[in-house]
Amino acid sequence: MFDDFFIRALIAGLGIALVTGPLGCFVVWRRLSYFGDTLAHSALLGVTLAYSFELNIALSVFIISSLIALILIQLQKKTNLPGDALLGLLAHSSLAVGLVVIGFLTFIRFDIMGLLFGDILAVTTDDLLIIWTGGAVILLVLKLIWKPLFASTVNYELAEAEGLNPDRAKAIFTILMAAVIAISIKMVGLLLITGMLIIPAAMARNISNSPQKMVLFSIIGGLLSVLLGLFSSLEFNTSSGPSIIMAALVLFILSLLNIKQSIKLKN
Amino acid sequence: MSSENSTLVKLNNAGFKQNDKWLVEGVSLTIKKGKIVTLIGPNGSGKSTTAKIALGIYKNIEGSVEKYTNKVGYVPQKISIDWTLPLRVYDFMLLTENIKDEAIDEALTLTGVIHLKNKNLGNLSGGEFQRVLIARAISKKPELLVLDEPVQGVDYTGEIALYELIKRISDTLNCGILLISHDLHTVMTATDHVVCLNGHVCCSGTPMDVAKNNEYKTLFGEQASQILSVYEHKHDHVHSDKGEIKKN
Repeated sequence: MFDDFFIRALIAGLGIALVTGPLGCFVVWRRLSYFGDTLAHSALLGVTLAYSFELNIALSVFIISSLIALILIQLQKKTNLPGDALLGLLAHSSLAVGLVVIGFLTFIRFDIMGLLFGDILAVTTDDLLIIWTGGAVILLVLKLIWKPLFASTVNYELAEAEGLNPDRAKAIFTILMAAVIAISIKMVGLLLITGMLIIPAAMARNISNSPQKMVLFSIIGGLLSVLLGLFSSLEFNTSSGPSIIMAALVLFILSLLNIKQSIKLKN
Repeated sequence: MSSENSTLVKLNNAGFKQNDKWLVEGVSLTIKKGKIVTLIGPNGSGKSTTAKIALGIYKNIEGSVEKYTNKVGYVPQKISIDWTLPLRVYDFMLLTENIKDEAIDEALTLTGVIHLKNKNLGNLSGGEFQRVLIARAISKKPELLVLDEPVQGVDYTGEIALYELIKRISDTLNCGILLISHDLHTVMTATDHVVCLNGHVCCSGTPMDVAKNNEYKTLFGEQASQILSVYEHKHDHVHSDKGEIKKN
């Protein structure tokens, strides 16, 4: 019924949505959307290095993004610059370095649009393996650090005082962020990954009254976005990343209607 | 005195410096099982800082902290919950430990807020939230309870009931309590050991010792001497004609 590439894209997208759902909730709760952008921008450098040294793209992106996160933590300690300025500095300089390196790699033909906005045709069977095993590991680790991470998101001092070690949870979460970007870059594209993290979570916030529900709705929202997005991408021949994000946006707008209705009901 | 192994936390000459300014220095105190230690002192005297040192929230401290328990319940002085988190009272009760439903209900009933169990945390009043904070801290059945101005914003009758509850918890759970309070009356009646802070330990001892101390009198002035009379009245029946007594 469908072509193989489309089935692969579907399996890949659903796997990614399962992971971005819960992680996205933490991105919203901890106000990390710009941090996600920074890691995603640095992913371009990771991709170029992968091409230069014939490495696996996901692995290379993961290493570079983790490295950028480490540099950020060091800069936060050593300078007096505000956090958003440091994020901007790292996001744009790593993007610039990545683009310059691409300029030197004249012997390789790059699909820049595909890198920025995702390309469903590019998803291979190997990628599926990386997405699903990587995704499973990410979710497992997130489950293990859930308690300290969530507690310190609510209140750092409570978590620290009651012996939950929030600093370790935060460091591990940073690595998980780098990992989710690494596994989803081919599919969603580096300019739109943060959207995949934030928009379903934001939609879920509008319709949930407990953290567990928000995570659940965020996952469902992500899965629906991938389904809707990919089918319309096939139908209208649009890039996969923007199509998925647009579908997520539509769901978000619908969730706003839900808020209006519930306010009306209350009055 | 009880044996050494009943010690929960011990501060040895502890202090904390932020931006080259000492928030508090040279604090030594011991919290033991079943005992209530109270910190008093004016604003900015380092009470909350001392509590955070004892809890291990501040890492780069002078002196040392010996902590012998990990079962800790903490009611911080300031806490702001973000609206980005959809959080009910029930979710908040499970924040740092998975507690059985019965224990949650019991604690919320004790602090008088069981009816708020499924309410959103952001919609509570200041006093209600404070009661939830106390319920959360005690529901864990901690060995060490650190209460930083636990009854702020609670109505007067509620305040007395909560302090009685705290005293009862210290007896039934046999846990050690580090209490920070502005209410000198409570401090002087329900405490085993008082530490009066003003950037350093200005005096410490039993409530009676502290109440007689001159530095304490200078710090708290008129209120202090009134409290002293209340205290003496409560515990010495000979002086029944002394001053006016605040009725509970």
